[in-house]
Amino acid sequence: MDSRIWQHPIIDFGERKGREIYFNFNGKPIKAYEGETIAAALYASGVRVFGRSIRFQRPRGWFCAIGKCSSCLMKVDGIPNVRTCITLVKDGMNVEYQDPRPNLPEKTEFECEHVKVETDIAVIGGGPAGLSAILSLNELGVDSLIIDENPWLGGQLIKQTHKFFGSKASYAGIRGIKIAEILLGELRKENVKSLENSSVIACYREGKGFKITAVKGHSTLYEIDAKGLLVATGAMENMLAFPNNDLPGVCGAGGVQTLMNVYGVKPGENALMVGAGNVGLIVAYQLAQAGVNVKMIVEAAPKIGGYLVHAAKVRRMGIPILTRHSIKAAIGKDHVEGAVITKLDENWNPIEGTEFEVEVDLICLAVGLTPSTEILMQIGCEHAYVPELGGHVAIHDKFLKTTLDNVYLAGDVSGIEEASTAMMEGKIAAATAAIDMGVNVEKAENLRKKSLHELELLRSSPFSKRVITGKEKVYSLMEEISCG
Amino acid sequence: MEKKDKIIVCRCEDITYDEIVQAIREGFTTPDEIKRVLRCGMGPCQGRTCMRLIQRIIAKELNKNPAEIKMPKVRPPLRPSPIGLFAGEKNDKRES
Repeated sequence: MDSRIWQHPIIDFGERKGREIYFNFNGKPIKAYEGETIAAALYASGVRVFGRSIRFQRPRGWFCAIGKCSSCLMKVDGIPNVRTCITLVKDGMNVEYQDPRPNLPEKTEFECEHVKVETDIAVIGGGPAGLSAILSLNELGVDSLIIDENPWLGGQLIKQTHKFFGSKASYAGIRGIKIAEILLGELRKENVKSLENSSVIACYREGKGFKITAVKGHSTLYEIDAKGLLVATGAMENMLAFPNNDLPGVCGAGGVQTLMNVYGVKPGENALMVGAGNVGLIVAYQLAQAGVNVKMIVEAAPKIGGYLVHAAKVRRMGIPILTRHSIKAAIGKDHVEGAVITKLDENWNPIEGTEFEVEVDLICLAVGLTPSTEILMQIGCEHAYVPELGGHVAIHDKFLKTTLDNVYLAGDVSGIEEASTAMMEGKIAAATAAIDMGVNVEKAENLRKKSLHELELLRSSPFSKRVITGKEKVYSLMEEISCG
Repeated sequence: MEKKDKIIVCRCEDITYDEIVQAIREGFTTPDEIKRVLRCGMGPCQGRTCMRLIQRIIAKELNKNPAEIKMPKVRPPLRPSPIGLFAGEKNDKRES
């Protein structure tokens, strides 16, 4: 079985694929292409179960695909707990299921390297916000470094095959994947310092600056001294509580997007989409483009949350959208074989007797995102729970300063929004950092003023009301704190 | 079918919805306490998948606003990483 996509209306996967290689999975050779992650290559060859859970030995599989959820941990070349969704496959690699309660590996000596790096501003996260921030910092002449834990920079942009809305300054009318190419092209041209495949595992305040510890693969430990931090770590997909919610085949919408739009692997044959916000609608459309039969979209709210343009596109493809409906359970033994859908009453409670089953092998969850704020929490920025922004966020002002000096944030980590607003926030945060450091102040002030104006334009649609309410709450909390 | 099928809240430590509800009813009413008695959020994902759900379950059980529920403290390491890297094993090529 090979579920790689070769025909796609937007992406030429044939052109993208690297050299054909082979690796061993539980001793059996599996074909892969260079540039694929271990998890993507396994999925393409029909493997759905990536491991067993620790107490009940329940199957675990593909879920977030960005190294955040832990469902894909395997033993790779003798090293346990490797996140196979962000680790690139190599020729001859040995990949195995791991014992959920493994013993310490016998091999206790492995090559490791400690590397010290110094920079003025460390940008953590290489998605739209982080990329736009580092390019602005570079343009302003601030010495900076970008750190990202994925094999590729670009964050969610590299999986967004749809065209953006907004203004010219925010790349309206251009597909996310193209925007990523533009930004990454600039990055390479400008010789910006970057650490890819490197996870920040700790941040400490040291004197007036910061010490960041990052791990690359399993052999390099970076100690990064920075004068300031710009956190653009994005978000994590929300989970829903329903029976069998952990069954392989229940995936986050972003995880599914990664699989089909980055690695060109068909995620399933028949899909159910849970959630009719923009993410749910867009990913349902993209699933259909990849040749997946999307049986329906269910939405717990009484009306569709996303843009009507997207809803209309989905409907034209014949995909029904059922509002006031939700998933009650997933069915299947080792992998999703179906789902139970139920109608909800006005109080969001399931109405008994309305249940029906759909036969699907993929349940895609698009039920919102939570800001990935752990670095900001760990370092001691004050947080507040702001439902309009997706959960707990670090308290900040409109210039994207947090409650700690020289710590800035941008993008979804500051409140769930869009890639276009994230890019604008990246510029604002970068300009603020330059102003605070006293580097190129006049130019930075101009950039900040211009970007604040652009951001305001991007937020002028009625869809942004919720975010604006959330942002205002956060700004006023910041004011209370800075006034003592 | 559905009664027997588990609802997993914490994927890393395999903690179910029912276990969390029971812990809350026994008086462990904050995410931090639930983390300590059940280990939710102590696994390799460090609570990224479960904490939002736990916050909601507590809010529902105690009839509280989710805003009142404080998240547990975040401590390093934030990602699974080999301990040998910190212990400074052989071939330590410290450059400075």
